[in-house]
Amino acid sequence: MDSSTIALSVIFVIVLISSMVGVYAGSRYKMNLEQWTVAGRGFGVVLVWLLMAGEIYTTFAFLGASGWAYSRGGPTLYIMAYLTLAYVFSFYFLPQIWEIGKKFGMQTQSDFFRQRYGSRNLAAFASLIGVIFIIPYLQLQLTGLGIIVEVSGFGGISRAAAIIIAFVLVAIFVLISGVRAVAWISVIKDFLMLFAAFFIGIGLPYMYFGGISEMFTALVNAKPLHLILPGSTKTMGQSWYISTVLLTSMGFYMWPHLFSAAFTAKSNNTLRKNAVIMPLYTITMPLIFIVGFTAILVVPGLNNGDLALLTIVRNSYPAWFMGLIGAAGALTAMVPAAILILAAATLFAKNFYRELFAPNMTDDQVEKLARVMVIVITLIALYFAIYSSTTLVNLLLLGYAGVTQFLPGVLFGLYWERINKTGVFSGLVTGIAVVAYLVLTKQDPFFGINAGFVALCVNFAVTITVTLMTKPEPNLFNEESVTSEAKAD
Amino acid sequence: MHKPSLKGILVGLIPFIAMCFSVPLWDRVYPFILGLPFNIFWIVLWILMTPVCMSLAYKIERRKIDAAERIQEGGIQHG
Repeated sequence: MDSSTIALSVIFVIVLISSMVGVYAGSRYKMNLEQWTVAGRGFGVVLVWLLMAGEIYTTFAFLGASGWAYSRGGPTLYIMAYLTLAYVFSFYFLPQIWEIGKKFGMQTQSDFFRQRYGSRNLAAFASLIGVIFIIPYLQLQLTGLGIIVEVSGFGGISRAAAIIIAFVLVAIFVLISGVRAVAWISVIKDFLMLFAAFFIGIGLPYMYFGGISEMFTALVNAKPLHLILPGSTKTMGQSWYISTVLLTSMGFYMWPHLFSAAFTAKSNNTLRKNAVIMPLYTITMPLIFIVGFTAILVVPGLNNGDLALLTIVRNSYPAWFMGLIGAAGALTAMVPAAILILAAATLFAKNFYRELFAPNMTDDQVEKLARVMVIVITLIALYFAIYSSTTLVNLLLLGYAGVTQFLPGVLFGLYWERINKTGVFSGLVTGIAVVAYLVLTKQDPFFGINAGFVALCVNFAVTITVTLMTKPEPNLFNEESVTSEAKAD
Repeated sequence: MHKPSLKGILVGLIPFIAMCFSVPLWDRVYPFILGLPFNIFWIVLWILMTPVCMSLAYKIERRKIDAAERIQEGGIQHG
């Protein structure tokens, strides 16, 4: 057998088994909206950990992080810092979001806005923003998957074919098992990821330099400034580092799919424990970076740094091992993609369509519409991934900084009684406008500071000022909880 | 809803100071420690130290929550 057949068979078998595990995970449960989106709020520490790790370590962690280490150097450190600090930050508000979510039966981020501020328009607007930023993120996973399978399959399958096969599987297990599929496939994905990271993160520097220390010494001799800020970039200095770490760690759980992962937990204490142990998972990231750093001297001059990891592994290991790495890579695209599709479909059906056009829809009807949207959103993202578009690349740049603009509405919603919907709405719109302007006119970083962070500061200022200038409104979290029938007013 | 206590928040600030605000103090290559350039070693160290800090924060919050629940069980309404 040639390399391509071996590697592709390994990838295909692992991806297929994983998908079957996903389908099986939900088949024992009767699926309604609550089961499908938040697994009946039944996940303990282990499953919440797996779900969140599954959602967080995307193709970016696999290709992008090693690519950053390869082409940018020092600034890469921000990734380890922000992931760790995001969990720290979550300790102080995710358990509270869970409590509120349990009280009012929330399933999505927009449900939170709807209940706290009592505004249909604000909730619909928040869901629209969420979906708009999810689609390019989803497309990134698809494109990443295409690259991974193409390269690790030694070119034996076309990028488009790989993407289509993988996403038919994703759509199937999301439709059948919802969020349970994602959590259980993460088991396989996390084991493969851990195995891959340890094996290549330690193995490659030994193979080429005789050790990690020797590799770093050689790198520092060849490129003395690569490993410290701003590395091989011009603009990513220390003020960029601090503002970016703050923005991304605080904005992390503002991604709608990560926000709603909190609702799957069995109790608020599950989330507290989870915040304590999650940082340990970040330990795989330095290993991935080491692969990127090793690749600088071993496979220099790649035009696309994102290919550094795959290229060096392909040059160094047998085909079956490449297949394992390819399968791990494919799953790091499929697992996050599944939850992104699920979140976007639910946001659209429940918080956009029902709020604005069909207030009388029952939860069962919402679930049916969401399932249709799973297929629609998959098709949209497939279209963009295969006929890639520059507009979408721009949206992606906006994504992280964009969703972070939800932060004032969420934090003040929990901890500031005086906050009102006019303040939140004004802040959100201003924040997104500022970030869009700065990023699209290429002024990021803005005087050395992350543009999203600048926008977030403006957002906080506007939210507070407008709130204080307008009339107080009741905090609807203080209401008695109501059943879902009564809420569909 | 249980609000985080000031003490709990202060403990959580430690990793933020160590990994984020203090970057000018540790962003250098030398000395190598355990084979790693100093800045990478520092970050890895704090990936391991953060769960230690957070388990302390967990203990602090847990004690507050348990105390609040005992008061509630004793028949005194709160919040």
